[in-house]
Amino acid sequence: MAAPSADLRIEGVSKRFGEVLALDGVALDITSGELLTILGPSGSGKTTLLKVVAGFEKADSGSVRIDGAEVTALPPARRDIGMVFQNYALFPHLTVAGNVAFPLEMRNIGRAEIDRRVSEALALVELAGYDRRLPKQLSGGQQQRVALARAIVFKPRLLLLDEPFGALDRKLRETMQLEVRRLQRRLGLTTIFITHDQEEALVLSDRIAVMNKGTIQQVAGTTEIYERPANDFVADFVGESNIFHGTMTAPGVVNLEGGRRLSVNSTTQPGARVGVLMRPERFGGGTNSFAGEVKEAVYLGASFKLRLACDDGLELIVRQSARGALPIPGTRVSVGIDPESIHVF
Amino acid sequence: MSSSGWAKAWPALPALVLLFAFFLYPLLRMLSFSVETGNLDWYAKALGEGLYLQVFWNTFQIALIVTGVCLLLGYPLGFLIATTTPGWATLGFIFVLLPLWTSVLVRTYAWMVLLGRNGVFNRLLLDAGIVSDPLPLLHNFTGVLIGMVHVLLPYMVLPVYGAVRRVDPAIVAAAAGLGASNVRIFWRIYLPLTLNGIFAGSVIVFVLSLGFFITPALLGGGRVMMIAVLIEQEVRQTLNWPFAAALSAVLLAFTFAVYALAQRFTRVEAQP
Repeated sequence: MAAPSADLRIEGVSKRFGEVLALDGVALDITSGELLTILGPSGSGKTTLLKVVAGFEKADSGSVRIDGAEVTALPPARRDIGMVFQNYALFPHLTVAGNVAFPLEMRNIGRAEIDRRVSEALALVELAGYDRRLPKQLSGGQQQRVALARAIVFKPRLLLLDEPFGALDRKLRETMQLEVRRLQRRLGLTTIFITHDQEEALVLSDRIAVMNKGTIQQVAGTTEIYERPANDFVADFVGESNIFHGTMTAPGVVNLEGGRRLSVNSTTQPGARVGVLMRPERFGGGTNSFAGEVKEAVYLGASFKLRLACDDGLELIVRQSARGALPIPGTRVSVGIDPESIHVF
Repeated sequence: MSSSGWAKAWPALPALVLLFAFFLYPLLRMLSFSVETGNLDWYAKALGEGLYLQVFWNTFQIALIVTGVCLLLGYPLGFLIATTTPGWATLGFIFVLLPLWTSVLVRTYAWMVLLGRNGVFNRLLLDAGIVSDPLPLLHNFTGVLIGMVHVLLPYMVLPVYGAVRRVDPAIVAAAAGLGASNVRIFWRIYLPLTLNGIFAGSVIVFVLSLGFFITPALLGGGRVMMIAVLIEQEVRQTLNWPFAAALSAVLLAFTFAVYALAQRFTRVEAQP
């Protein structure tokens, strides 16, 4: 079933709704067979971008190309894109099989072929035997599987998923994430996945595009995004973070605002203004040590999350593996971090 | 209803008293005329004599045709108002609702002015040389049909409008994204999902048509006999109140039967 899938090129796409600039010159390349997540807070323009790609929204400027062919002016029905919506958008009056058969019927495919491909698609999402049910007789997770089967059954050139698991509970969401990943790999289908959930983005993606205020902040692989964010927004939005600002005073030395000196592993030129990111789970022993008082301590099962007020005036979020008793507020602790664990941007 | 339910129902009391004293009681009193003789002779006459059966059959046919015409005109209109831009929708609503707020009597007289032998329509057609003799538009079935459709159209448009609005736009977008043209979106998505609106509008129009009086009386000019017109004649001209009461009871029973049937159908439809 895996034919080479399409690539997508978005260039200079802008879209304005009245006063609001929803998309501001967005450019994005997605390679064939890739799963790219667009990650951003609500109002960042990610859904608008998806609608422009699908053809439900017309961009004010810019172009969208699938496999090099301009589709900017094509209506949705002629773009050959499979889409899974936030609230499933199943046809309530059609059975599961009727829903999945719909895109094939629209393409005037023969009945026997339709039946064959519908059962194939339903087997793929593990819903074989559910073909006669109506959508309302299914659970949320099952409905989303039907929506997924409907979106892939006609072998679309692209698959778009718009926050598809937002309405599902955590466990089910995790199962579905892995299932989408498995399915997408198996079909080699170029896929754009929209979410505001950074964990979901990390689980699913080949690459992540972080969006804010209508612009793309960074496009990179999952580790790159987490370990080496390009700016404050990405560092803050993806994962927990301690972000400080300062100046490089010598090679490998940062003077933070407030006077604290950190040794870092960075080739940035002395004199440059920089941001510094320390992930909470990277603290342990290390050459940069911090001594302070526990202000707040939360038990999270696998770890403790501590808020430290350090003697040098910094406030840190620190994660420690949960061993022994949870430190009570007022306890003095000291933690350290290696230069290699500090990201300078 | 629980006792607290009754306690909460007291704001409805004045209206209930009014309804009972000035609607339910007079209705029952009137119906009692039909059995004052102690037997069902008046009912036997209403349901046994060909002449009266013919009037019932006429009424049924006219109601059916009016419903059909209202559906053909009202569905596209309701659909359009529900799917157009807010500005056009408002304009559409004004055109649909304004007549609804105008007295049926006024509108019927207006149609008499428009449709008469020397009415506006015939003048226009004659002056334009399209016809050489005035078209018979008044005091016949055509006139009654035009008048009734005009009066009853909003009752079709509004339920259809409501049903179309209830169709989730995401579903329509999904259909388009899956490759459906606008024509196919209509036949495969909108139409099946608005059947309940069609059904509700049709039942309302049909039931209202059954008991319609002013419009068939004035535009039919006594030549289009519907059951309500017959009842009025029995009351006013022949002063045969018991027979009029029996005819009314039959009409009432027939109307209830249509409603009950409609209820049954909607309940079946609502099941998975």
